[in-house]
Amino acid sequence: MTNLIDIKGVTHAYKTPNGPLPVLDNLTLSVPEGEFAAVVGPSGCGKSTLTRLVTGLMKPDQGEVWLHGQRVTSPRRTVGMAFQNPVLLEWRTILDNVILPLEIVAGSMSRRAREDRAMELLQLVGLDGFEHKRPSELSGGMRQRASLCRAIVHKPEVLIMDEPFGALDAFTREDLWQTMHQLRAQEPFTAVLITHDLRESVYLGDQVIVLSGRPATTQFVMDVDYPQAGGLREIDGLYTSQCAEMLATLRDQIKIAQGRQPEAAH
Amino acid sequence: MQTFQKIATPVLAILVFIILWEALVWVNDWPDFVMASPSDLPAAYSRFWELFLTGGWETLWRTVAGLLLAVVFGTALGMVMGFSRIARDALYPLLVGFNAVPKATLVPVLALLFVGQHNFNTVMMAFLISFFPIAVSVGIGLSTLEPEYRDILRSLGASKFTIFRKIALPKTLPEFFGALKVSVTLSFIGTNLVEIISPHGRGLGALFLSGQTNSNYPLMFAVLIALAVLGILLYYAVVALEKIFAGWAERPQQ
Repeated sequence: MTNLIDIKGVTHAYKTPNGPLPVLDNLTLSVPEGEFAAVVGPSGCGKSTLTRLVTGLMKPDQGEVWLHGQRVTSPRRTVGMAFQNPVLLEWRTILDNVILPLEIVAGSMSRRAREDRAMELLQLVGLDGFEHKRPSELSGGMRQRASLCRAIVHKPEVLIMDEPFGALDAFTREDLWQTMHQLRAQEPFTAVLITHDLRESVYLGDQVIVLSGRPATTQFVMDVDYPQAGGLREIDGLYTSQCAEMLATLRDQIKIAQGRQPEAAH
Repeated sequence: MQTFQKIATPVLAILVFIILWEALVWVNDWPDFVMASPSDLPAAYSRFWELFLTGGWETLWRTVAGLLLAVVFGTALGMVMGFSRIARDALYPLLVGFNAVPKATLVPVLALLFVGQHNFNTVMMAFLISFFPIAVSVGIGLSTLEPEYRDILRSLGASKFTIFRKIALPKTLPEFFGALKVSVTLSFIGTNLVEIISPHGRGLGALFLSGQTNSNYPLMFAVLIALAVLGILLYYAVVALEKIFAGWAERPQQ
């Protein structure tokens, strides 16, 4: 299996009035094609910087970012983005919001074909019937669903998500986790999810990457072995001992990343 | 029912205002040179209706012309200030200082700069007095655009112009129309300022002045009311445009 995303020894610092603020330090990370990588780490450790580097919105001071065998130096159309804030355009209907990326990357596509593609995704996330509503008429969870549709409507190779479920209540969040799995079953994309929620990282990720505190480097990588039930991941699986162990390991790693001592025994 | 209420409420409010005005004059037994009452006005309108029509038209077109200039120039200036930090730092003090200058003092300046160009001078004043709110609100609207909005399109490789057209411009429209509502009344003040102060004034302002010189007090009040009516008309024209272009910003009432 080839790596779709390869981050090689990336170091980056922001310029501030008080001198440079290093956020990433020799960070190395790779995600195989079709895999779902969840990135966790202490607050302010540079996770969001990582998303801006992978999307080509920013260039690292040192090191290289590769996507599908090509070095990333500028934004590329094969990437989709979703944020904690759904950032839907209030003056457009849900359907027109989802279509937006197609207007940029698929200029020759007919209006009809764009709508069909958008509707296909809206149906998948359970938003059919709401396509002509405005974002202000929808709940937070529904808006985030629409935002996810917009992020993948142009069939990107990589979907990059920066805490997309962070502002949702616990039940809505679990609903969206399941939606995420449904989307992955239908749409082939490689995903990077930045999150603060360890349960979320285990439920959604094929691998979980723990970043150290600022400046961030790859501290720990865990392959997720989620209890399967007929090829599907069920939320209940999170409460098995198998998952409890993974979560405990991750929690210890986060403590190390925060500079605290992990508990001695389990 | 709802549309009826929408129209009836303000109409009723205006009627109440007129009745209170009439009562105030009647109770105090003021002669019309202290304050004319609404019942004095119809006579003034019917006697000078031709002057009101031509004067009203003069005032209206020059106000609208000044306002259009203010929209074009103010939007352009706002864009420059919204996109460039340096331009913002450089232009803000200048703009604020210019805005603080009492515009009445500019009437003779303009008159000397463009001698005899009365229409031009009037339009210029309407423009000068009204572009400021538009420039500031467009500038603030653009500079406070959340970076995520830009990133959605930027990450797809969209050009700066595409981002402006698809996101920044429509997102700033509510602020723009808010400012335009202020500018409409301001440009009106600008037009009338020149019409009243300048010796070659035309329009409703000049009619007001002739009422004053001829001690025709009901005429002066009639002009004020005519100005108010024109102002209301222009304001609601802007509201109608806002409904069309930025109606999405209005939240449905609970």
